[in-house]
Amino acid sequence: MRAGLVLFPGTNRERDMALALQRATGRKPAMLWHRDTELPAGTDLVVLPGGFSYGDYLRCGAMAAQSPIMRAVRDFAARGGHVLGVCNGFQMLTEAGLLPGALLRNASLRFLSMDCHMRVERADTPFTHRFRPGQVFRSTMAHGDGNYFADAATLDRLEGEGLVALRYATPEGAVTEAANRNGSARNIAGILSPNLRVLGLMPHPENQVDPLIDGTDGLPLFESVAETFAETA
Amino acid sequence: MSTTPLAPALLAPERARQLAGEFGLKPDEYDRVLAILGREPSLTELGIFSVMWSEHCSYKSSRVWLRELPTKAPWVIQGPGENAGVIAIGDGLAAVFKMESHNHPSYIEPYNGAATGVGGILRDVFTMGARPIANLNALRFGMPDAPRMRRVIDGVVRGIGGYGNCVGVPTVGGEVNFHPRYNGNPLVNAMTVGIARADRIFTAAATGMGNPVVYVGSKTGRDGIHGATMASTEFSADSEEKRPTVQIGDPFAEKLLIEACLELMATDAIVAIQDMGAAGLTSSSVEMAGKGGMGIELVLDHVPQREAGMTAYEMMLSESQERMLMILKPGREAVAEAIFRKWELDFAVIGHLTDTGRIVLRHKGQVEADIPLAPLESEAPLYRRPTAETPKQPVIEAASVPDPVGSEKALLTLVGSLDLCSRRWIWDQYDSMVGGQTAKRPGAADAAIVRVEESLEQGGARALAMTTDCTPRYCLADPEEGGRQAVAEAWRNITATGALPLAITDNMNFGNPEKPEIMGQFAAAVRGMAAACTALDFPVVSGNVSLYNETEGRGILPTPAIGGVGVLEDVAQAVGLALRPGLDLVLVGETRGWLGQSLWLREIAGREEGAPPPVDLAAERRNGDFVRGRILAGAVAACHDLSDGGLLVAVAEMAMAGGVGARLEAGPQGIPAHGWWFGEDQGRYVLAVADTAALLEQARAAGVPAARIGRSGGEALVLPDGTSISVPSLVEAHERTLPALMVQSAGA
Repeated sequence: MRAGLVLFPGTNRERDMALALQRATGRKPAMLWHRDTELPAGTDLVVLPGGFSYGDYLRCGAMAAQSPIMRAVRDFAARGGHVLGVCNGFQMLTEAGLLPGALLRNASLRFLSMDCHMRVERADTPFTHRFRPGQVFRSTMAHGDGNYFADAATLDRLEGEGLVALRYATPEGAVTEAANRNGSARNIAGILSPNLRVLGLMPHPENQVDPLIDGTDGLPLFESVAETFAETA
Repeated sequence: MSTTPLAPALLAPERARQLAGEFGLKPDEYDRVLAILGREPSLTELGIFSVMWSEHCSYKSSRVWLRELPTKAPWVIQGPGENAGVIAIGDGLAAVFKMESHNHPSYIEPYNGAATGVGGILRDVFTMGARPIANLNALRFGMPDAPRMRRVIDGVVRGIGGYGNCVGVPTVGGEVNFHPRYNGNPLVNAMTVGIARADRIFTAAATGMGNPVVYVGSKTGRDGIHGATMASTEFSADSEEKRPTVQIGDPFAEKLLIEACLELMATDAIVAIQDMGAAGLTSSSVEMAGKGGMGIELVLDHVPQREAGMTAYEMMLSESQERMLMILKPGREAVAEAIFRKWELDFAVIGHLTDTGRIVLRHKGQVEADIPLAPLESEAPLYRRPTAETPKQPVIEAASVPDPVGSEKALLTLVGSLDLCSRRWIWDQYDSMVGGQTAKRPGAADAAIVRVEESLEQGGARALAMTTDCTPRYCLADPEEGGRQAVAEAWRNITATGALPLAITDNMNFGNPEKPEIMGQFAAAVRGMAAACTALDFPVVSGNVSLYNETEGRGILPTPAIGGVGVLEDVAQAVGLALRPGLDLVLVGETRGWLGQSLWLREIAGREEGAPPPVDLAAERRNGDFVRGRILAGAVAACHDLSDGGLLVAVAEMAMAGGVGARLEAGPQGIPAHGWWFGEDQGRYVLAVADTAALLEQARAAGVPAARIGRSGGEALVLPDGTSISVPSLVEAHERTLPALMVQSAGA
C-alpha cells in the first residue's frame, strides 16, 4: 500500500501515524508537504494526521483546508481515493467539505486528553472490516475541539445512510452521555463519506498499535486499510 | 574589527545612577559599571548591565553554593553551564534535559506565564540539537480558597497544556503541592527532556572571526522588557502593574522553530546556537561571544521587528518568545535561510563575530553600546551572603501522638487531601501520548516512561524514566534533610519502575537571599542534595535558581525541585504501580513509624511540626539497588515507593490503580498503628510479587529489610482488625477533590 501523509505547519502526530502505518503495512508512508500541488503517482491512501495546523488560531483545520495540497486531496477523493483524517485531520476534512458537519469546542470547554472507547458501527468499510460489528475498542483522545456538530437533517442522513463509523461508548458498548466526554452530537466519534472511502475521526488509534506502549486496540483500523490495498503492497 | 571610538549618547551622571537603581542595580554594583566603562553608560548599556547582573541571569547569590554540587560521572556529556545538561543513555544516544522556573510571570498572568515557561525550557533543549520527547512540571499552589488562586491554578494548567499540546511534546509527569505559603507566590517549574545523537550536541560558544550572527524565529516586540529584572525582586501589592513584562507565547511558532532548527542541525552549517530566553538578545549575544572569547557586533536595524519605532534599548531587553541566535559557518547563510523560509519563520543576518572582545551595537547609524565582554562576566557581582541555620526541630515519637480518628477515616481523608488527591483533573488537560512512545502515563508508575524512538529505529527499545520531586514541608523543617530527601525521592521513583537513575536537573526556588535565614536554607539544601547526589551516583547536570519568591515580605517554603532521569534498556522491563490479584505484598526498607512532618500529622492531627524523616543514604542505595535488580529479573509485578502518606496510602494507590483490593497484616510490635500505616520513613517500597520466599531470601542475603505485609485480591483493603475499606470508596474520595474545587472555573 502506498500511503501519503500530509505535513502542515503545526502537524504533530505524523511520527505516531507513520509508525502505525508502517506496523500494519510494512512500508513507510511518503511524507507530503502542504505546498505540494499533486500527490505522488500511485497513492492509495492520503492521511491527514493530528496536530495544530497553523496553530489552530483560526477555526481548527480552516487554514489547512485552503492549502495547495488540499485541492489535490479533493480531486483524489472525487476520483474515489481513500482519505483518513484523524483529529486535526478530521477537522480539515469538514472544513474542506469532504465530510459534513463541524467540530466545535469540547462541551467542557477544556482540552481533553484521556482514554475513550468507541463502538464500531460499520465493520464493512475499507477502514474497519478487521473489527467485528459492534466491537468496542479503546483509544485516546487529545483535543480541545472534538465536539461533533451537524444539523438534525444532516445527522439523520448520516444515520440513515449508515455513514456513522464510530460512536463513543462505555467499555461495555453502551452509548451513554457519560461516555461522550466532548459532547458530540449522537456520540459521533467518526464519520464516512457516502462511498465509504473518506473517514474522519477524533481519537487517535495510531497511539494504540504497540503492545509495549499502549496496547493494540487501534491496530485493526490500520490492518483494515492495509488489507484493502494488499494487492498493491 | 570595530575600533569605533565611543559614540553612544551617554546618560547624565545623576540620571544614570537613579535609573540604575530603578533597574535593580545596587549602588556598589553601579560603581562597577562605571569602572568597567570608564564613563557613564548609555541607556542601552545600562539595560544590558542590569539584566546580565540580575539575580536571574548572574546567579550572584547562589553560585558560591551551587559549586558544591557534584556534576560529574562517566555518563555525563555536558554538565551545568550550557543551555541544558547532557547524559549518555546508550546506543550512541544522549538525553538532554533541564528544568526552569517561571514563577513570577505565572502569578501575574497565569496562562501566558506558564505557557512561556514551557516554551523557554523546550528551547533550552532543542537548542542543543535534541528533539524534545517529554515535558514534566513541578507546581506549587496556594490554598484554593486564597484570593485569585483558583484562577492561577486554572490558568497555569491551561497554559502548560495549551503550549505543550500544540508543540506536540507529551506532558508525561509532574507533581503538585498546595500550601498557604504559596498563596501569593505559586511556583511553576517546567522540565523538558530531549534526545540527540551523543556526537551531535550543539553548544553556545561562538567561534570564527567574521562569522555571521543570525537571528531566527519570531519577530521582536515590546513584550517582556526587563522580565529578568522582575524575576529578581520580591512581589508587592502593585505586582499587577508588572503585567506588561510577561511575555506572550506562540506554541505554533515554537513548533516551526523546532522543526526548522532540527532540519538545519542535520546539516553542518551551525557553529553555535543559543535561544533568546531571559534577557533575550542581550544574554544570548553576550553569552555566546563571551563563551567563545570573541567580540560581537550587531546592527540592530536588521533585527526583525514586530512594532515600528523600536529603540536599541527595547530590542536588547525584549523577551519576545520563540527566537534563536546562531553563528553560522561562512557561506552557509543561503542553506539556512531556505530552511527557515520553508517553515515561514524570520531569518536575518544581524551582525558578525569580531576579535575585539567587545559587544558593539549599532542602530540607525549610531553606536548604542560598546562594552568589553570579559569584565561584564568576570566583574559580575558574586555574593557570599550571610547565612543562618534553621533551628532543628524535635523528633516526634508516634507513641506520643494520640490517634484521633483511626486508620479507616485517616486513609479516606488522606487520599482526598489536597496533597494526595488524584491529579486527573490536571493531567486530563495535557496530551501525554503524542509521539506514540509513552509507555507509562501519569498515574501509571512512579516515574513516566517514554520509549526512545531513535532507539527503536536501531532495533532497540530503550526508554527513559522521568520524575519531578520535592517535599517542601521537609525542607522548611530541615533544609539539609529536605534537600537530601528530594534527590533520594527522585532516585527512588525512577528505581521503582526498574530504571537506572542517571542524573538530575534542579530548580532551586527560595525566598529573599538577602535574609540570612533564607540563604541558610539555600546553603543547607545544597549540602543535603550534594550528599545524596554523591551517595547515589546521581549528579546534577543542569539547573535553575529562582530567588525572591516572597510576597509582602513572606517567603515560600524552600523548594529545591528535582527533575530526575533514568534509563531502561528495554521498555518491556518497566513496572507500574497497578496491583493485580493473587500476589503477595512485600515491604522493603525499615519502618520506625516516623510521624514528624508527615501528612498524617498535618491533615489528621492538625500539626505541622517535628523533624522530618531522615534519609539514610547507604540504606537508600542498598534498598533501591535491590528493588531494581528484582524488577529487572522479572520478579516484581508492581512496585510503588512510599512517600507522602506512608504505607497505607501507598497500598491504597496501588489498589486504586489496579482496581484490586488487598488483605493487610499487622505491623510489628512496638510501632503504634498510625505510625506503621502513615509514618513517612524513607527508603521504602511496596512490591507485588509471586515468589515471596525467594524474594525474602534474596533480601536477607543483600542485607535489605523486607517483610511480607499482605496479599492482593478482592475489592477492598482489609486491615488486620477486619476493617474493610472498599476500593470504589477510596477512588471516590481520591477523585472528587480537584474537580469539586475547580469545576466552577470552567471557561474562566
